[in-house]
Amino acid sequence: MRFTKTKAVLAGLTLAATAACGGNAGSDSGGGADVQVKKDAASAFPAGTRMKELADAGKITIGVKFDQPGLGFKGAADDAPSGFDVEMAKILAASLGIDAKNITWKETISDNREPFLQSGEVDLVLATYSITPERRKVVGQAGPYYLTGQQLLVKKGSAIKSVADIKGKEVCSVTGSTSLDNVEKKGARPRGFDTYSECRDQVLDGTVGAMTTDGSILLGYAAQNPDELEVVGEPFSEERYGVGYNKDRPEMCKWISDELKTSFDDGNWKKAFDATLGKSGAQAPQAPALDPCPTA
Amino acid sequence: MQDVFNQFDLVLKAFWLTIQLFLLSGVCSLLLGVLLAGMRVGPVSVLRGAAAVYVTVIRNTPLLMIFIFVFVAAPRLDVNFDFLTKGVIALTIYTSAFVCEAIRSGINSVPLGQAEAARSIGLTFIGSMREVILPQAFRATMPPLASVLIALLKNTSVGAAFGLLEATARMRFFTNNNADDRMLIFLTFAAGYVVLVELLSFGASRLERKWRVAVR
Repeated sequence: MRFTKTKAVLAGLTLAATAACGGNAGSDSGGGADVQVKKDAASAFPAGTRMKELADAGKITIGVKFDQPGLGFKGAADDAPSGFDVEMAKILAASLGIDAKNITWKETISDNREPFLQSGEVDLVLATYSITPERRKVVGQAGPYYLTGQQLLVKKGSAIKSVADIKGKEVCSVTGSTSLDNVEKKGARPRGFDTYSECRDQVLDGTVGAMTTDGSILLGYAAQNPDELEVVGEPFSEERYGVGYNKDRPEMCKWISDELKTSFDDGNWKKAFDATLGKSGAQAPQAPALDPCPTA
Repeated sequence: MQDVFNQFDLVLKAFWLTIQLFLLSGVCSLLLGVLLAGMRVGPVSVLRGAAAVYVTVIRNTPLLMIFIFVFVAAPRLDVNFDFLTKGVIALTIYTSAFVCEAIRSGINSVPLGQAEAARSIGLTFIGSMREVILPQAFRATMPPLASVLIALLKNTSVGAAFGLLEATARMRFFTNNNADDRMLIFLTFAAGYVVLVELLSFGASRLERKWRVAVR
């Protein structure tokens, strides 16, 4: 009996400690968009649509990144991820009448986003998912809900000031990413790593000269470590983040587009930005124009 | 798939890096492995202990951990090399432990009388190893050693996550850009590995036959 009590106390302490540590580890998405969870949302959708199925089930699985501060990030002690992508996902879920706590967050990495959508492992992907024609051949992508471009993250005071300086230098990103391909074409020596944080570590210890990927992601890392890191140069590519959905359910496109449009108009989109990416000092940009949905 | 064939030079370059990683770390692991095996069967107890500890520690450590140590931990201790060297170091640390054990099994297969005879005609430990024991041991070692080297060839792919643009990293680049062609790209690169491994096992079986003792 006494043993059980000790265990309970221990467990309590561990929980308290976890909660205390979790406080500053990235779960600072307080505020964010003030989303109204729609009541009785299921009746708003025609029978047979995926939206109706999800609204009836009352739960949804959404794929986000876990390693991109400001966009999709989950610290070791966090219960749920936070970031701009996560806020946008909550807005979409709310329109189905699904509360944030009924969302199952699934980590997706660049490589498994299409397979996850195709197999139904996730219902939506909001994971810095750039819209490309190749991807649209296998999955649906609605949006864009955010525009960004590739930039460079360097150690403060680095000789690399813009993309013109990377020729012959070692530049890291995530293995297989388009960003890495772009700098390779610009004469840099590409160094692929599994995650952005590993790549960032290589910049910090001086092994590689710069890290490259979408400016929005780099801003998040610079904000985490403002004394040592900075983002330099003008964007040298255009990335348009879209919401991935299963291509077999084309009806989802209109729903996603409508909800994105609503969030642009009612200010929730800007609120989501200010609470996440905006924290690094960036101003909320103009809301992008949405692509039309493919006609089924 | 068009994309892959249009840029086939990138594929070949990536497999060339795979081969470089394999050859360099293969040679280094064989040398280090023989040295370790010599230590493990040698007369000096300190060396015997040291080699045994090395094998135990490394063989029980996942390759990924060794890569993380060499690529992430070591640079923070100001131990840093260029990427290819770091890849070779990580693969060599790991593979040499297995090479050591494969060779030790070969050495143990040589009858004790051979070593005693070698020592009794005045050969030193090194001399008896080189002239009598190892030539016979290598013969018995060939099949397990071939397995270790095949594993090494495929283990080079761990480098894909550590800045080495070898075949697997290049494959992920193609699958990311051509989401509609994943299956074929996977199969193309898998075929590349199959060809390399087949070449390796063919070479090994030829050596095995060449070194076989004439039984008659």
